[in-house]
Amino acid sequence: MPLDAADRPKTSFKQVGTRPLRPDGIDKVTGRARFGADANAPGMLIGKILRSPHAHARIRKIDASKALALPGVKAVVTKDDFAPRDDDLADVLVNVMARDKALYHGHAVAAVAATSVQVARKALALIAVDYEVLPHVTDVDEAMKPNAPVIRDGLITKGVDPALTKASNVAERYEFGHGDVKAGFAQAEVVVEREFKTEATHQGYIEPHACLANVGSDGTGELWVCTQGHYMVRDNCARLLGMDLSKLRVTASEIGGGFGGKTTVFIEPVALALSRKAGRPVKLVMTRDEVFLATGPTSSTSMMVKIGAKKDGTIAAAEALFKYQGGAFPGSPAQFGAMTAFACYDLKNVKVIAYDVLCNRPKQAAYRAPGAPMAAFAVESVMAELGAKLGLDPIDFRRRNAAKQGTKAVYGPTFGPIGFVETLDAVKNHPNYKKPLSKNQGRGIASGFWFNFGGQTCVSLNIGTDGTVNLALGTPDIGGSRASMAMMAAEELGIPYDQVRAVVTDTSSLGYNDVTDGSRVTFAAGAATIHAARDAVRKLCARAARTWGIPEDAVVWENGHAKPAGANAGNHKPLSLKEISGSAGSTGGPIAGHHEFNAENAGPSFATHVVDVEVDPETGRTTVLRYLIAQDAGKAVHPSYVEGQFQGGAAQGVGWALNEEYVYGKDGRLQNAGFLDYRIPVASDMPMIDTIILEVPNPGHPYGVRGVGETSIVPPLAAVANAVSDAVGVRLSSVPYSPPKVLKALNGRMKAAAE
Amino acid sequence: MAGIHVTTTINGDTVEYVCQPDETLLDVLRDRLGLTGAKEGCGTGDCGACSVTLDGRLVCSCLVLGAEAEGRAIATVEGLADGETLHPLQRKFLEHAALQCGVCTPGFLVAAKALLDRNLNPTESEVRYWLAGNLCRCTGYDKIVRAVLDTAAEMRESRNAA
Repeated sequence: MPLDAADRPKTSFKQVGTRPLRPDGIDKVTGRARFGADANAPGMLIGKILRSPHAHARIRKIDASKALALPGVKAVVTKDDFAPRDDDLADVLVNVMARDKALYHGHAVAAVAATSVQVARKALALIAVDYEVLPHVTDVDEAMKPNAPVIRDGLITKGVDPALTKASNVAERYEFGHGDVKAGFAQAEVVVEREFKTEATHQGYIEPHACLANVGSDGTGELWVCTQGHYMVRDNCARLLGMDLSKLRVTASEIGGGFGGKTTVFIEPVALALSRKAGRPVKLVMTRDEVFLATGPTSSTSMMVKIGAKKDGTIAAAEALFKYQGGAFPGSPAQFGAMTAFACYDLKNVKVIAYDVLCNRPKQAAYRAPGAPMAAFAVESVMAELGAKLGLDPIDFRRRNAAKQGTKAVYGPTFGPIGFVETLDAVKNHPNYKKPLSKNQGRGIASGFWFNFGGQTCVSLNIGTDGTVNLALGTPDIGGSRASMAMMAAEELGIPYDQVRAVVTDTSSLGYNDVTDGSRVTFAAGAATIHAARDAVRKLCARAARTWGIPEDAVVWENGHAKPAGANAGNHKPLSLKEISGSAGSTGGPIAGHHEFNAENAGPSFATHVVDVEVDPETGRTTVLRYLIAQDAGKAVHPSYVEGQFQGGAAQGVGWALNEEYVYGKDGRLQNAGFLDYRIPVASDMPMIDTIILEVPNPGHPYGVRGVGETSIVPPLAAVANAVSDAVGVRLSSVPYSPPKVLKALNGRMKAAAE
Repeated sequence: MAGIHVTTTINGDTVEYVCQPDETLLDVLRDRLGLTGAKEGCGTGDCGACSVTLDGRLVCSCLVLGAEAEGRAIATVEGLADGETLHPLQRKFLEHAALQCGVCTPGFLVAAKALLDRNLNPTESEVRYWLAGNLCRCTGYDKIVRAVLDTAAEMRESRNAA
């Protein structure tokens, strides 16, 4: 349906597209900003959590009597302090505090609150837990074997018809696709089929989880917490503790990174339970090894991808099988992997099957485009191999099969206006794509897709009597969103950016907001901000009309002023926002705008990455020489922070491609729970990251905005793999392309050549 | 355990405190002195979020004991600005959007200042290797490195003008 002119995204801007300083900037460069662990309270106790040393064990008995007898210990909590549940929070509760079984190394089994961290640590050592160690499984393929230990009793696979009757570790089966894959492959002249594995990686936010809980004996409480969603924290914690939602006030601290990992609760219900029991505030901060052991990394996977093409480069059929383990709980992003895998391409015949599998590992949490990077690693690696066999330029091969407006996506919907082809053309025309390469250097190309989310959003905009504006948001600012929101409010109101102060309020001050995830905030909270500003403008115009004694529809808003408009409006001097708000007390009281909605039509974002690498044949080490990103932002509100999202996602993807992996021992224990052994990219690992922001407006947003935060982590795994392959001719079936693995492949190839 | 009495200098001020023998300088700064600018990202010296200088030398304050500060001079992110005037590094970090979440920023600023105190004309590689002990998970380092190089250029210019 064609949009009315009034509904079409705005195209000319005064503020949007500029690069002002962020409102929280001074606080963050002076050390004044308060993060999760930076709050204290009078009489505060320190909480610590005891964790399972075993990958899988029955908990026969917990004896905390010696810990409770230690001077300075004020409370101990175990599963008995939380009522068991069988609803949607059942698994959340089991993950927060083990019940009959410890399901992974690091699973919480008890917690203490004490007068100091030293006493709390001593107390943990005095809690006696009687474990019966059970057989465990940590590999996704092993977990699907018939003889694998079943982790959760009675788990019956969903999505299978007819329904299964035997319990297994497979939580759900998914299937997507259209056309006739068999007939498609029959027409294919070149077919590539490969198997891949990826290990779990952690979001790796630099700030460990932290909170400060204070519960009174009257059933009310307060919680200060670093989280991507304080309403989610409030709702989950209040329900787990049997409190009214209205009686738990949650304040989101500044958040030191999340990338999806802070979209659920871990320590927060425990801190509240300890506080309630002790009758004092309790601060609970995770150590780094706890973050690795007991918060959600992403899934590890095992995958098969098969793509067949005709000699002219047209893909005839594509097929994939994805197995994603998500720890000891259902809910891995296998479904997202299956839905995103082929989303870049216009395919006639496609079929994807995915399995959500349980292992004795921590409950996975969302990680930036959850599920998509692994699937793209497999698909884009096969695309590179297939394109090379066909003798086609990788960009041309992708362009020939590119999804565009009107393409039916593998996961069902038909795309509206999208910018995938634009990303391909942009990188092909960039100087990086033509730079000559030397020996042991190679160039890799890969593309990626992410849906982007909308979701529940509520915004208030309050105009002060001096004409400055407070914008109240309920979506924690994880990467500069307060700046973007203030820019959009200023744009609508026609006032300078620095007259709008955006603040993330607590849960008692504003209606419900979904968590900051799915690249949704600039899109959804941005749209709510624009609508709230328009609501305020209507009220400002009404006040002017009243002042002038003319009908409300005879007033328009232009450049921050109410002006009379139309034949019978009369001749009145325009009134500025400051003038109208200054006299608000005598024209009807305070002026505020609001908007509450459930945002839809987020508009997907596509990206293409080009990476140049050099591989040292003596050590197997890969150095990234150049990195180029082209991505569709719809409309870049603050281009610096859009570039930052592109660059940050790419760096995380490079880490995943080259170094990062969870390493489990035969005993099912995590071997590398720290930043020394789990090595994320450092400054000397990376080059500058070149970015191209493309703007194909999203018709679902008043300014054409699309989310930009997540797509950037989707292409790097395959882009790096394809570059290494181009450089030295070896292709691994798994990431990371770590030096020992690459060296082994190089030596294997040399040995084969010598024989 | 008996506490240890320490007299030290922090950001130019004489400070006295009593700490436990096993207490880190980071814990003293954050929990006893209310200087929460330095962050604990790992507690094992791998992330650099707790960077401070000790007699001008860049250290992870999580790897220094509070008792070791006796008679020394400590500088933290809180001492970087001169009243209302930001240090050029702080200003350039904002101008270049060199922070997203900002939790690593205090450590980067302290580390970058320690570099520029020694070398006001670093190459990009020198900046990258000097800052390799500071982890940032948000930015991919591009804008951080640009901010440091730009600060160095501006400080060289103003030094030459002086």
